[in-house]
Amino acid sequence: MLTLSLILIPLFAGVVSLITKNNSAKQLALIGAVVELVIAIVVYTQFQPTASHQFGFSYPWIKSAGIAFAGGIDGISLLLVMLTAFLTPLIILSTFRQPYKNASTFYALILFMQSALMGVFTATDAFLFYLFFEAALIPVYFLAAVWGGENRIKVTFKFFVYTIFGSLFMLVALVYLYYQTTSPQGHTSEISAFYKLALDAQKQGWIFWAFFIAFAIKMPVFPFHTWQPDTYTESPTPATMLLAGIMLKMGVYGVIRFILPILPLGLQSWGTTAIVLSVIGIVYGSIIAIQQRDMKRLIAYSSFAHVGLMSAGVFSQTLSGVQGALIQMLAHGINVVGLFFIVEIIFSRTKTRNIEQLGGITQRTPNLTVYFMILMLGSVALPLTNGFVGEFLLLRGVYESNVWMGAIAGTTIILGAVYMLRLFQKSMFGNKSSFTEHFADLSFSERAVLLPLTIMVFWMGLYPNSFLKLTEPAVSNLLQMIHY
Amino acid sequence: MEIEQFMNSSLLILIPLLPLLGFIINGIGFRHLPKNLAGVIGSATALGAFAISILAWNGFDGQPQLVKLFDWISIGQLNIAFSFQIDQLSLLMLMVVTGVGSLIHIYSVGYMSHDEGFGKFFAFLNLFLFFMLLLVMGSNYVIMFIGWEGVGLCSYLLIGFWNKVTNYNNAARKAFIMNRIGDLGFLLGIFMIIQTFGSVEYLDVFSKAANGSFSVNDSVIIIITALLFVGAMGKSAQIPLYTWLPDAMAGPTPVSALIHAATMVTAGIYMVIRSNVLYSLAPATLGVVGGIGLLTAVVAASIGLYQNDIKKVLAYSTVSQLGYMFLALGVGAYTSAMFHVMTHAFFKALLFLGAGSVIHAMSDEQDIRNMGGLRKHLPVTFWTFLIATLAISGIIPFAGFFSKDEILAHVFEHNKIMWGIGLVTSMMTAFYMFRLLFVTFFGKFRGTHEQEHHLHESPASMTIPLVILAVLSAVGGLMNIPHALHGGESLEHFMAPLFELSKQVNPDLFEGHMEHSTEYILMGVSVGAAVLSILFAYNLFISRNTVPAADKDVTGFAKVLQNKYYVDELYEAVFVNPMRKLSNLLYSFGEFLIDVVVNGAGRLVQISAGRMRLLQSGETGFYVFAMVIGIVVILAWNFLLK
Repeated sequence: MLTLSLILIPLFAGVVSLITKNNSAKQLALIGAVVELVIAIVVYTQFQPTASHQFGFSYPWIKSAGIAFAGGIDGISLLLVMLTAFLTPLIILSTFRQPYKNASTFYALILFMQSALMGVFTATDAFLFYLFFEAALIPVYFLAAVWGGENRIKVTFKFFVYTIFGSLFMLVALVYLYYQTTSPQGHTSEISAFYKLALDAQKQGWIFWAFFIAFAIKMPVFPFHTWQPDTYTESPTPATMLLAGIMLKMGVYGVIRFILPILPLGLQSWGTTAIVLSVIGIVYGSIIAIQQRDMKRLIAYSSFAHVGLMSAGVFSQTLSGVQGALIQMLAHGINVVGLFFIVEIIFSRTKTRNIEQLGGITQRTPNLTVYFMILMLGSVALPLTNGFVGEFLLLRGVYESNVWMGAIAGTTIILGAVYMLRLFQKSMFGNKSSFTEHFADLSFSERAVLLPLTIMVFWMGLYPNSFLKLTEPAVSNLLQMIHY
Repeated sequence: MEIEQFMNSSLLILIPLLPLLGFIINGIGFRHLPKNLAGVIGSATALGAFAISILAWNGFDGQPQLVKLFDWISIGQLNIAFSFQIDQLSLLMLMVVTGVGSLIHIYSVGYMSHDEGFGKFFAFLNLFLFFMLLLVMGSNYVIMFIGWEGVGLCSYLLIGFWNKVTNYNNAARKAFIMNRIGDLGFLLGIFMIIQTFGSVEYLDVFSKAANGSFSVNDSVIIIITALLFVGAMGKSAQIPLYTWLPDAMAGPTPVSALIHAATMVTAGIYMVIRSNVLYSLAPATLGVVGGIGLLTAVVAASIGLYQNDIKKVLAYSTVSQLGYMFLALGVGAYTSAMFHVMTHAFFKALLFLGAGSVIHAMSDEQDIRNMGGLRKHLPVTFWTFLIATLAISGIIPFAGFFSKDEILAHVFEHNKIMWGIGLVTSMMTAFYMFRLLFVTFFGKFRGTHEQEHHLHESPASMTIPLVILAVLSAVGGLMNIPHALHGGESLEHFMAPLFELSKQVNPDLFEGHMEHSTEYILMGVSVGAAVLSILFAYNLFISRNTVPAADKDVTGFAKVLQNKYYVDELYEAVFVNPMRKLSNLLYSFGEFLIDVVVNGAGRLVQISAGRMRLLQSGETGFYVFAMVIGIVVILAWNFLLK
């Protein structure tokens, strides 16, 4: 029931938000998201760190076809459920100083998005997973298309075509796998039934690519990324936060759930290719980020680089790499949401995101400086922040599977420092510009968003075992399926 | 007994914890705390850490003591503990870091008294101490790495402390990035250690390395040590990663003394000594270490000959002296390197603090061509600066003489040519240091009237640390007087247990015994060479009263030296600018190209799927959208009916 309520509460809150007045929608949305967070905390406290799915639910859906409306939570799901439940209220709170037109629809879409994400991360039926995977796209599409920047129509259409295109491949793969399953009642679309299939190497190769393209577009992995910087830049910041903070994790999650356990032979042939593409993305994205002037676009490229490392870690098929990817998904979600929020704070006061026009902000804003600095340090993986634990484990995982790839991926710690320190210096340090002359420090609601984020930066950095312990049984279990 | 041990270990935890507390108090409260209180808190936590370090020193029984706090990162079989190891090496470093650190905190109370960021400054200094203490106290490589990157962060924050000035910010960024290049090497070294030994704990790694399964110059060990050394090159400013350190002088002078002379930059030497078992197993790497050290020593010293910024001279001197320490490590003279780390901490901290006192008195002037005759106005600064200058020049019986001589003696045993280059380097050192001393403190005052009017000796909070450091620079050599001079070589004996495994795995490295007569001759030669340099400098700058020429009048090789061999320009042209161009190219052209290719490939698939018309009309989105809606309807339908 708990799992089902995680999906239904935001759906319900979203519907209520749709029919309320615009001016009370945001408070209502916040209440809905906080209730959701409370449920997620209950799940967290009752969770047993074993490999099994817990708090499961299952209702027959298309009975004759063996398709069920079923979900449950294991350690891997839990981490992403927690991420979604933690970030959504903060994303809603981050909009409190910014009036959005048609607020009730706006907040309803955010809540629908949360509902779909919860569905993706908890579904134990492949078609249900697919349904939510697609459904998550729709709210964010409208958020971007209606509330976005000048080029929103062109950009969101590109985004939509790209991701839908990838999803079609996944649908083909899922249908194929579905027809391979056998059980007394005929076929089944339980994901765990897919794990038992033993397809030959060639078939696995095809299915690998079908899945890979779908997830590679979502993350995104080089060269399927060109929708991403534009979409991140043009979307309204709350949608960007949802996209970068949570939605891209659907891709990494998909790789862990589907590719690793179902396609060991596919990985054997193509895993290295996937790692190479991911690592190219790390270096490519980082180098492009160096010269960006638009803060949002800069962070978009950095996000692309970071997710490349997560992808490489997952495809390394090592315990270190997958665990690193999981903890980095959490860390990256927290840091990137914080950074995009800071961009929004700066933009809302100066009406510019061009770092060449900024500067000297720190002279008037000790609070903003400290929060920005902490999030930046998390993002450049300084030890004792959350980013370090993730990058350390990821790089070690990649290194374990391929020394050279590990070394090249490692350049992220240098290049990351290059672009992030430049971003920080140009915006915060130096002399004040005409844009930043009357910059006001953080308001109460802004601090209420940033404080929880920075607490998480340090918690995860100082005591990562409280998260690693949750996921390790489930991850080892998955990896054992590869190395049978 | 157990209670005693508990007391003991909890005391040890306080050593890094106190500065961390100071950081938190000053960091959160720096806009609300009165200046005096911020200074007192900052200094008191440093002094407290020093006091506990002395207790730890006294309580030390010769065996490494481990204090485990908690499991930090656990992954499968690998468990990285947050734990400390107290042994001879960490104790020595503790004394230097907290001792010199405390003095510099006290000095800063006076030096920074007019600065509006006073509390912030002390917060950062305390944070630096915290990370530096983690670095030297950690019981495994990952804790060392935490400290390693942490001190890099503090270095960044403090170099760019006056963050309105773009040049300072650039210097800070450069330091961080260059260090990160080294850190990548360090990190890969750690991965390889994990892969080879299955652990990152020093005691585990070293006992496994020495258990006989690795022969001398085993390729795995060579690669591990080389990777670790890349980290050391970054942090300890060795060729080719040294250019950040001179720029780091943008930071307030106490920072230069503490971080960029006495403590942080010696972390690379600490790391090699800590890993001495691995390095002794890899003489090939040691050869590289010694070569790079020697090259850095001589190159940096030659640049120092023509610098006119008081802090830049000292910065290049630091790079050069660090090179000396790596030279010592390269010939397996671990103790000598550590000895020089300590004496260098005394006299170089003193030189920087003295320079700070001069800059303070000169109203922020740093060009020695605009100084002169300061000894009358700043007597305490002058006399202490003189002692430090004698010490660094290797004049008997000051501290630098003993440590430098020990290094040169070991190098002589190893390779006569390297010894010769080392000797030339020490002559250059004596020359540029006395050039600095003479031009700054002797002759006539060459600054403005306003500056002259303002000249004053610094307050007691600044001069007392100077005097204490002067005493240490004068007598610090007593720690390790060689047998040849009827000394007890106390440091050698104290540190001996650290190198037992090294001696076991590679005894050849430690062989060689020098006749006392040879030692006397070497001492005589090096002191004689230094005196010669000093006389030369005296002749030039006192007798003939020369003042270093204005920049535009410098020509020939001197101009090359003054411009630091144009290495910064070279890096700019070879790495920085191409990277910027590549970034622009990938953004403008690469992204476009990918769009074309991916869209083209996508279209190809669409054609083969036979859906070309639908997709090209741009209605795909709505098609799929309709499909999803359909699924939702089916779902709802099922729920409603059943």
